Amino acid sequence: MRRALPLPFTVLAILGAGFVVLPVVALVIRVPWGEARHALEGVGASTAFRLSLEVSLAATAISVVVGIPLAWTLARITFPGRSVLRAMVVLPVVLPPVVGGLGLLEALGRGGVVGRWLYSALGIQLTFTTAGAIVATTFVAMPLIVLATESGLRSIDLRYERAGAALGGSPWYVMRRVTLPMIAPQLAAGAVLTWARALGEFGATITFAGNLAGRTQTLPLAVYQARETDPGGAVLLSLILVALSLVVLIALRGRLAEAR
Amino acid sequence: MPLDVAVTVRRGTFAVDVAFSAQDGETVALLGPNGAGKSTVVEALAGLVPLEAGHVRLDGVSIDALPPERRPIGIAFQDALLFPHLSVLENVAFPLRARGTRADPARADALEILGELAPRVRTDTKPADLSGGERQRVALARALVTKPRLLLLDEPLAAVDVSGGPELRALLRQTLATFEGPRVLVTHDPVEATTLADRIVVLEDGRVTQTGTPSQIRAAPRTRYAADLVGVNLFVGSLRPGEAGAGDLDTADGTVTVPWPDGIRRNPIDDVIATLAAADIALHAERPEGSPRNVLHGPIEEIAILGDRARVRVRTSPLLVAEVTTGSVERLHLETGIDVWASFKAVEVHLVVPTAPPDTL
Repeated sequence: MRRALPLPFTVLAILGAGFVVLPVVALVIRVPWGEARHALEGVGASTAFRLSLEVSLAATAISVVVGIPLAWTLARITFPGRSVLRAMVVLPVVLPPVVGGLGLLEALGRGGVVGRWLYSALGIQLTFTTAGAIVATTFVAMPLIVLATESGLRSIDLRYERAGAALGGSPWYVMRRVTLPMIAPQLAAGAVLTWARALGEFGATITFAGNLAGRTQTLPLAVYQARETDPGGAVLLSLILVALSLVVLIALRGRLAEAR
Repeated sequence: MPLDVAVTVRRGTFAVDVAFSAQDGETVALLGPNGAGKSTVVEALAGLVPLEAGHVRLDGVSIDALPPERRPIGIAFQDALLFPHLSVLENVAFPLRARGTRADPARADALEILGELAPRVRTDTKPADLSGGERQRVALARALVTKPRLLLLDEPLAAVDVSGGPELRALLRQTLATFEGPRVLVTHDPVEATTLADRIVVLEDGRVTQTGTPSQIRAAPRTRYAADLVGVNLFVGSLRPGEAGAGDLDTADGTVTVPWPDGIRRNPIDDVIATLAAADIALHAERPEGSPRNVLHGPIEEIAILGDRARVRVRTSPLLVAEVTTGSVERLHLETGIDVWASFKAVEVHLVVPTAPPDTL
């Protein structure tokens, strides 16, 4: 059923929508369509695009592998300091990414608390490497899969896990055959959101891993650099990011609706 | 004794301390109100909670230290609890797969038992597409697929709607009858317990308050709970239309007049269960005047006092257990051996009517 909104409300809603839509429209208008190919080549778009995919997918994979057990622990095990740990896990969502990057630098940079040891003992240096970009991106994106998994684990009927155990399933078997499949929609949604966040990551990456074309310069970093040297190319790159993110969000909406 | 259970389990401040045993081919019902500790006993038998003290022995061998997957127990749960993301076939194969059986033999065994217990259920459908009764059939198949030594049924009828109840009750009775080992039925439903079990263990507040056959408990319940729930009179028989819109229920031992069930055609119906609360029966020294449809006559067999109430077993046809005040016992000079009149209204009798004749199951 359609209900009319009070007029001032409608005006505010239109204002809000316009505010959100306008920048995207502006990008579309300002794209130098005529010299698009040339502009893209000029800013190293294909390299940045490939690197972005690589970094975001690797960060998502790590987030899933580490984040699901972490969410499990937070949802199912009571231990001292759990609420503090949960807050810290969520922290990167609200923290300015540059702060996260700085923290990573102090921890894992060549002179960092752990990084110093990594470098001297194993010869591993993360700063200014693709691996470093992946680490920074994972730091920022992982909370999303943790939050999604934890809410999934809290929402399922525990009697199914109990039934699985009573029917002879070991804890590992019940997790694999009962619990994870039952929260599959939340896991999928969480993974997609994690990937979308990873794709857009900027601050932590540039702070921790630097801005090196072909190694740490993902699409957002390429936009940032091209903004000064080639505004047309920057607009084009931005539009690519907008399109990618929009496709993901629209696809995700369908999935979330499926999962109710 | 094939099954010998004596367990103490602590749940926070609540302790469950229960002992019972069961023979091969015997159905023992654990009957109790919600919160009495029934689920805890199920979990202790299945191996989901550690025992604080006691033992669970099957054929003299202690199984209480074994993990759930090593216990030869088949379980069907309240609400069936079929895994919603697995097909019917995958659900039934689950206990086998969990115990390490390979996919193909597990599948073959699952198909075989599904063919016996749920022949009309499509094995590739998801549980959400099944009716409540079909879900319970699949749950029974899942419980029996490992060919367990002990069958444990946890409130198997609790979630079935009224129309599916009698059909499923018949299936349960048949399943219980063909299962050779001991069977444990956990329930809060006295009708389920009295119609399906050979022996009832009454569980209240974590303790066993009474153990006995249904008729023993009916005649002399030891607690208020047992008197109110197990202590109901139960009539089983076929129903035929009677006078003035009522029905006559012919049991193996006499006839009672009952209300004809709403919305059911006035044709004879087999396998009807009817209950009558003991407190709804009045006792009289002389034949009562007035309107009660059921007036029966017979000698008193037993009088059991429970607080200020007395339960009086009267050898009428069918046999009745009435509950009256101890004041009435004195006033009517009731004692074992004397003849009394028992009366109750047809409308006090409650019917459980099957909607499908049992032979179509």
